[in-house]
Amino acid sequence: MGVKPVTSLGRSGLSDWLIQRVSAVVIAVYVLVMVGYLAVHPDLSYLQWAALHQQFWVRLLTLATVLAIAAHAWIGVWAVLTDYVTVRLMGAKATVLRIALELATIALILAYVVWAIEILWGA
Amino acid sequence: MLNVSVYRYNPDVDSAPRMQDYQVDTGGKDLMVLDVMELLKAQDPTLVFRRSCREGVCGSDGLNINGKNGLACVTPLSECVRNNRLVLRPLPGLPVIRDLVIDMGQFYAQYEKIQPWLINDTPAPAIERLQSPEEREKLDGLYECILCACCSTACPSFWWNPDKFIGPAGLLQAYRFLADSRDTAAEERLAELDDPFSVFRCHSIQNCVAVCPKELNPTRAIGHIRTLLLRSGT
Amino acid sequence: MAKVHTISFDAVIVGGGGAGMRAALQLAQSGYKTAVISKVFPTRSHTVSAQGGITCAIASADPADQWQWHMYDTVKGSDYIGDQEAIEYMCSVGPEAVFELEHMGLPFSRTEEGRIYQRPFGGQSKNFGEGGQAARTCAAADRTGHALLHTLYQNNLKNRTVFLNEWFAVDLVKNQDGAVVGVIAIDIETGDVVHIKCRATVFATGGAGRIYASTTNAHINTGDGVAMALRAGFPVQDIEMWQFHPTGIAGAGVLVTEGCRGEGGYLINKDGERFMERYAPNAKDLAGRDVVARSMILEILAGRGCGPEGDHVLLKLDHLGEEVLHSRLPGICELSETFAHVDPVREPIPVVPTCHYMMGGIPTNVHGQALSRGPDGEDRIVPGLYACGEVACVSVHGANRLGGNSLLDLVVFGRASGLFIEQALREGVALRDAADEDVEAAMTRLRRLEDNNDGERTAELRRELQTIMQNHFGVFRRGDYMREGVDRLRQLRERIANVRLEDHSQAFNTARIEALELQNLLEVAEATAIAAEARTESRGAHAREDFPERDDDNWLCHSLYLPETREAAKRAVNFEPKTRPAFAPTARTY
Repeated sequence: MGVKPVTSLGRSGLSDWLIQRVSAVVIAVYVLVMVGYLAVHPDLSYLQWAALHQQFWVRLLTLATVLAIAAHAWIGVWAVLTDYVTVRLMGAKATVLRIALELATIALILAYVVWAIEILWGA
Repeated sequence: MLNVSVYRYNPDVDSAPRMQDYQVDTGGKDLMVLDVMELLKAQDPTLVFRRSCREGVCGSDGLNINGKNGLACVTPLSECVRNNRLVLRPLPGLPVIRDLVIDMGQFYAQYEKIQPWLINDTPAPAIERLQSPEEREKLDGLYECILCACCSTACPSFWWNPDKFIGPAGLLQAYRFLADSRDTAAEERLAELDDPFSVFRCHSIQNCVAVCPKELNPTRAIGHIRTLLLRSGT
Repeated sequence: MAKVHTISFDAVIVGGGGAGMRAALQLAQSGYKTAVISKVFPTRSHTVSAQGGITCAIASADPADQWQWHMYDTVKGSDYIGDQEAIEYMCSVGPEAVFELEHMGLPFSRTEEGRIYQRPFGGQSKNFGEGGQAARTCAAADRTGHALLHTLYQNNLKNRTVFLNEWFAVDLVKNQDGAVVGVIAIDIETGDVVHIKCRATVFATGGAGRIYASTTNAHINTGDGVAMALRAGFPVQDIEMWQFHPTGIAGAGVLVTEGCRGEGGYLINKDGERFMERYAPNAKDLAGRDVVARSMILEILAGRGCGPEGDHVLLKLDHLGEEVLHSRLPGICELSETFAHVDPVREPIPVVPTCHYMMGGIPTNVHGQALSRGPDGEDRIVPGLYACGEVACVSVHGANRLGGNSLLDLVVFGRASGLFIEQALREGVALRDAADEDVEAAMTRLRRLEDNNDGERTAELRRELQTIMQNHFGVFRRGDYMREGVDRLRQLRERIANVRLEDHSQAFNTARIEALELQNLLEVAEATAIAAEARTESRGAHAREDFPERDDDNWLCHSLYLPETREAAKRAVNFEPKTRPAFAPTARTY
């Protein structure tokens, strides 16, 4: 491989690129489903909304979307950080700063994922 | 009189770059930007720029002309001057050696990285290798690149990662060899490109397409490379 | 400037165009330590501007084609002062050299059979002039030079050739035996001055079209190699022979390929008449370039020129149709839109004969070894110095080059020089090192320039020189005009030696380079002027109003300009090809 990045979690540029596209489709589908549901239920009550999210397929779709957002966000943020927080632009301190920001991003994403699972599948 | 503002920096004497204003008598003619620069050079021999063929085929005089990258020798004043003012800066994103002359080392290094030569290890025939006109047509829009660097230095992804992202010019040539029916190294070439930087830092911004003085389309070539990577990956 | 330091190589090639890079490729593959010095990044060299193609009998368009036919055409085109041994070598080795380029990846246009596309070009015939027009010029659309130069650069990268890009060679270094042992060169980026020491110095510095005010040549074509040879005391040959290309875009000087006429385009005057039918009833617009250029000037002088000033003629292409123009001549469509504001699909292109090519140069044998003249007028090999491409005069072009033969010349003789040098190095080359005073002698010009603070400006002197050449040594020449030109150049010599350097900084100082180039232009211009005035006949590109006929009794020979005396001598033409009888001079008609 031409360039060997250390912190990219994907196996290759191609897989990152594919994950971005596939996850975008999952997110788009979820948004369409939710917007569609809201559109045909203008006077939505909390009970109806909760009932919707009790259904297995909705919970599965929500989980898939959360995971898609997590992957999408990681790849996107990683790309942004490796564009702007670099030794070229900021000097030697950039590497430490970027790794810190990357770890913070991972921690945040993991926290959101755990929280979402907790909400969806928790007691 | 045309007002011209030129980026000046001579490492021997200047601690920082500056813009210098000149007035040039164009004789009312729609000169090329390079003609104006030659008039400036006659006025002020310390002004430095590259030039060679003066007809848009050698790629020496890529510049940032009134904010847009282009070749000085084939950019007429009527195409770029607004309010009687011409602003000349070096191509952005690469180190300046002096005035309008940039250090293109990084750009050439990316070009060399894609192994820009035909690879075919089968024994050569006594005559030429045959290639149909249809196969040859696939190279049109690719082989014409003049390495002027207008595209790569207009590309934000190349600005941020000139050492890791091949850039539009190099990738156009990468595809030129992938598309050549006589080349037998497609697999190795693709393997070299399948990392998150070399090809995939292209976000289809298309500045390269907008500035290419030869009207080539690197974004499309990059799309073709992605497709080839997808096919070889499945 | 302190004492100059030294870098050593086995061989150094000065010039990164087609000839230099072909020679470099040969040597890079040999394992000898080789470097290319180029004053521009190699793909900016003027070879990149070649359009129409590389003429060579590869028998694609016509399976019966023979290199002997190509040889005949080239000898005739040269008006019989091309060396037949060299022409035989070029035409017979050519196919191999062209196939090598294809194997390296050069993207030639193709025929339906998948072979290299060949187009008709001027002066090309079948069956020794008896079988009509031949299509022999191998083409990559109308960007053959670009495709060739990039392919050679790419293959040099592959073979890890050492490039010293943006280095400028100032002068030759000769040792106490008169052998060439390298050059003085400036690293333009840093201003460092270095003695590049080597056992073989190859000049591939290209032409000098910039001696004329109107030229198809790049800004960089300033005759550096010819001038360095002259300053080192070596002669140049046939330097009066300058090709004026029939179709430079009027006003801009930019070249429009002969391939336009090869594809079926033709020239018309203001009456819309296809006038070449009168001047060359058989070949018409595809007669030799000298013939077409003179015919155009005669039309213009007769008041049949086009435009408000009546100062050009028109190249008509619209009848070829949009599809042919866009597939075969895409670069021409682009150039004429940019520089003539004309779309050839609809309108004809305004064209005028424009200085294009230097047939003369450093005399060499077929191995690229530079020749000088012994005390009895005999040829002498200059130890250590080689030349190939436009700077050399092998001589395959004689008094007029055929279209497409320049690219063939540079690959064949670049390759031949490389092959010969490889063998010479293998057999051992013993040259004495240059002494300090030898290096110092080569530094004289540069040191003097540094101290010139009160002379005239480069741009003004250059304009004056170019105007003299344009007015006194153009397509048609006359003794009294030329003598006046010689006088004016003589006066210019001291002023140009004293040219003012207004920038003494080190980093990328192009003012210094341009001043050195101006001095090179003067050397070429003066040699041209003196040799042109001496040749009292009309032959090929050298057309004299006062001597309108070819004079085989006195001038079936090369001219040899000798720098010590600034006089033109004569040198015999080679009429001894190895594999066939020579072509005897006959009247040259098309």
